[in-house]
Amino acid sequence: MHSELMRVYDLTKSFGNREVLKKINMSINEGEIFALMGPSGVGKTTLFRILNLLEKPSEGKLFFRGIELTVCTMREKINARRSMSMLFQTPCVLNTTVFNNVAYGLVIRKVDKNAIREKVMNALSIVGLEGKEQQKARTLSGGEAQRMAFARAIVYDPDILLLDEPTSSLDPANVAMIEELIKRIRRELGTTIIIATHNIYQVKRIADRVGILLNGELIEVNSIGRIFEAPEDARTKAFINGEMIY
Amino acid sequence: MSSVDFLFQGIIRAFELIFSLNPYILSITGVSIKVSGTATILGTLTAIPLACAITFLNFRGRQVLITLINTGMGLPSVFVGLFIFLMIVPAGPFGFLKLYYTQEAMILAQYILITPVICGISLAAIKAVPQPVIDTVYTLGGSRKDAVIAMLREARFGLITSVLAGLGRALAEVGAILIVGGNIAYTGSIGGIGEGLSYTRSLTTAITLETSKGEISTSIALGIILISLVLSVNILANFFQRRE
Ligand SMILES: Nc1ncnc2c1ncn2[C@@H]1O[C@H](COP(=O)(O)OP(=O)(O)O)[C@@H](O)[C@H]1O
Ligand SMILES: [Mg+2]
Repeated sequence: MHSELMRVYDLTKSFGNREVLKKINMSINEGEIFALMGPSGVGKTTLFRILNLLEKPSEGKLFFRGIELTVCTMREKINARRSMSMLFQTPCVLNTTVFNNVAYGLVIRKVDKNAIREKVMNALSIVGLEGKEQQKARTLSGGEAQRMAFARAIVYDPDILLLDEPTSSLDPANVAMIEELIKRIRRELGTTIIIATHNIYQVKRIADRVGILLNGELIEVNSIGRIFEAPEDARTKAFINGEMIY
Repeated sequence: MSSVDFLFQGIIRAFELIFSLNPYILSITGVSIKVSGTATILGTLTAIPLACAITFLNFRGRQVLITLINTGMGLPSVFVGLFIFLMIVPAGPFGFLKLYYTQEAMILAQYILITPVICGISLAAIKAVPQPVIDTVYTLGGSRKDAVIAMLREARFGLITSVLAGLGRALAEVGAILIVGGNIAYTGSIGGIGEGLSYTRSLTTAITLETSKGEISTSIALGIILISLVLSVNILANFFQRRE
């Protein structure tokens, strides 16, 4: 009943002779919220960068809508990337106004000016930054900058949204707001969302399925219900119960 | 005449020369602006693309080029002057170009002097742009070209500063243009103060000559104009630096 949007096959990534990701296999379904959970330093960001084609895997294959991205043309690569959007752990603010930051993805897609205006204003009101469009983006607070980056990532309605620990540096109010946004985006736009996190409670609150990444291996992928009630891997259980100290 | 009077008289006379729009002074100022301005435009057109190539492309000789630029930033101007002089004198390898004692030769000398300065400062400005800017452009669907444009836009104030630094160095430089330009002016009724029209005489080279001739008021007038120009450039540069 699920249609597969993305598949990772035997994916390995090494930096020098250090293997950070080891033979990862997973598939992402259209419209789901998939959480990638694991302690910090385990390779979540690295996997996201590979999914977003910012980095090449050392071995293995990556499919997006059936197209193998590891061997595709530059055109296919840019097209695939244009259906995705990644929110970095620390938002990168372009040194211009909030409006121009959010409009960026639309401008390079050569969207018509009036449409840009409408979409940007809409995205800003979704993230609660209406009225700030002419403010210099550098002067936003940390939470506001993250929300602006969120607006910038969703403004062109990507098929997949990759969220790399979007709330790890935020205060509780902003965390709640971002989590609400994530659920709303999926509900209203049907966007497929992959979120990296090391927060078990966050996973419980928002995700449909979760993959546990430990020591570079994806040890278990399961639905939220099952992973907390009946984990298949002993290490998953230990991780969830907090017996593994990181 | 006391030394205070001597200075005072010189300054009064200098302001008279400036405010009466003395043609000799004006023509010298014009040559300075034309030569240094042209050298800065050409230097910018070379240096900024070069800085981009060094930052974004991985080609052989890249490291050598960086070393050359760093060395070039501190080149003594008389050395550049001598080198170009030897190239363009009638007996030199490029003598046939007849550049000897021309404004073009002065532009060439300043171009060689300031291109490394503009390039070096631009490189630093582009390097100071945080790496995630490139990733952000890519993740939002941008191409390599979009990434380069975004980097330059992020570095814009630093790039403007680099151009102004080049212009400042060119305007204040004397050694190279003295050697290759020859400090030539066409004289009017010979010997009169502030008469004649500059051909290859700039504010700096004119000051060396007028001072040695004892034309203190002319020197002071030229000095005031030179300092005003250099100061304006620096104030502008400062303004853009603070914008960052
Ligand atoms: N460009 C790189 N070069 C070398 N090592 C890297 C690089 N990027 C990440 N790493 C290493 O890979 C490991 C996984 O990092 P990362 O993917 O950022 O983990 P996480 O996001 O789960 O905290 C870390 O040990 C990190 O030091
Ligand atoms: Mg990370």
